[in-house]
Amino acid sequence: MVPKLRILIVDANQVRAAIIEEGLRAAGYQHLIRISATTGLVAAIEAHDPDVVVIDLEDPSRDALADMFLVSQHVRRPITMFVDQSDQASIEAAIEAGVSAYIVDGLKKERMQAILQTCISRFNAFRKLREELDEARSQLEERKTIDQAKRIVMRLKGLSEDEAYALMRRTAMNEKRKLVDIARSLITAAEMLK
Amino acid sequence: MTTLHLRVGFMPLVDCALLVLAKDEGFAEAEGLHLELVREVSWSNLRDKLNVRLFDAAHMLGPAAIAATLGIGGVKAPMAAPMALNRDGAAITLSLRRFEDLARLAEGDLADTDVSARALAAIVARRKASGLPPLTFAAVFGFSTHIYLLCEWLAKGGLRLGEDVRFEVVPPPQTVEALASGRVDGFCAGAPWNSAAVAAGVGAMVLASVDLRRNCHDKVLAWRADDVQRRPAAVAKLGAAILKASAWACNPKNFARMAQHLAAPDRLALPAPLIERILHGELIQGAGRPARLVERFIRFDRDALRPDPDDANWVLDGMEQAGQIVATAETREIARGVFLPDAFEGIVSAESGTPKN
Repeated sequence: MVPKLRILIVDANQVRAAIIEEGLRAAGYQHLIRISATTGLVAAIEAHDPDVVVIDLEDPSRDALADMFLVSQHVRRPITMFVDQSDQASIEAAIEAGVSAYIVDGLKKERMQAILQTCISRFNAFRKLREELDEARSQLEERKTIDQAKRIVMRLKGLSEDEAYALMRRTAMNEKRKLVDIARSLITAAEMLK
Repeated sequence: MTTLHLRVGFMPLVDCALLVLAKDEGFAEAEGLHLELVREVSWSNLRDKLNVRLFDAAHMLGPAAIAATLGIGGVKAPMAAPMALNRDGAAITLSLRRFEDLARLAEGDLADTDVSARALAAIVARRKASGLPPLTFAAVFGFSTHIYLLCEWLAKGGLRLGEDVRFEVVPPPQTVEALASGRVDGFCAGAPWNSAAVAAGVGAMVLASVDLRRNCHDKVLAWRADDVQRRPAAVAKLGAAILKASAWACNPKNFARMAQHLAAPDRLALPAPLIERILHGELIQGAGRPARLVERFIRFDRDALRPDPDDANWVLDGMEQAGQIVATAETREIARGVFLPDAFEGIVSAESGTPKN
């Protein structure tokens, strides 16, 4: 049975926030609030009264959140960072993934562990997704560069597409350079000689 | 010489200057270091990333290093400071409207911190009498030089932070916006954020930290306590680079260039002239007043960098006054141990032993 907890997700990145929300929902948490506020976090906490706050490390309001339990006359319930001194691995995993979590008013740490793990894995999943996207983008860019260089070789040397490609590959292998680097040099040279 | 890669986190403030100069003026490279500087958005991140070794060292508030070592306000992460990065350099700025109130109620010269504090107390009393919400002041972190300076100023008017005046944490780069939006009535922060608020036309500087106390403890170069023992070569090399940066930073001829380095988009991302005036001790005040010249407004000289265990006493007194801890003899001993004057002397003698080139 999943506890009825109100979880506040503070993340300016809408896509990642959605991924976290989906992960927590799949784990059975229903009361989820998403905000992207880098300011006015105190007001948001007063308004939503969450049990748990999950915050992106890139959000500058983290320091304000950390302070609420110190000087907290205007916040109804004390907030502490979710830490278990003995669990260095969790701390490291969370910081490396780029997420931090705070519990409000003495929530049992065991109940928190599952939430934190979900957030860590979702943060990591998002990062992987972004890396894959970057990778795909750069591959597409490389393909375009090689195609452009190929057309230059075809035009200048009167070769067919396959022949031009074979020539570029052979040159790259002989010079122990990447095909895309050869392509870039060709494009630069062609620009200069225009 | 093999190159040692060090990753050091910092917050965008003038007092991160020695780290920036160590890199940008080549002092780190001369020590065989490849220094990677990473700008952070919160002191909590600096503390946590240092703790899990995503950073080798960090630009850190002295009080935050003490809090982390004692394990208050977050994970217990013992830190050690073989050197400070500056002394002084903070100021208190009010919104233009609050400054008008202050000037109207001041009985005497506002340059006197007792006069300004009593005028503030008068504002607080009037607001209370007419049922208006209390004033809100911000400092840059829960454990900071700035919160204790704010408490010190308020105490001169018989006011207590958190009781007579609401308190909120606002990281340095957000202070200008917080003041402009009316979310806070005033703040205490390090340079250049007071000048930035004045330049933006939203604030009036009331006092510089040196008006309250001279040689005030501020930022340190924090390492994990165990790393200071484990990695003496890294500590010594970065220390030597910072000492060279300190000598360079004390020559006024270099201020323009220093301001250029700090102004870069991946550093403070603010106009260089705004920073250069601060380095010259020229503080714009706002509210129609002329700029003020403050001698040694922020210190980067070698004496300022010596970590002093006595600073821990001032910090712990501040923590007690702010109701953050009840300090025992043991906590005082642990806090004093964060500052390593012997390690500093070691860095100095190693550095003066190297041939000049």
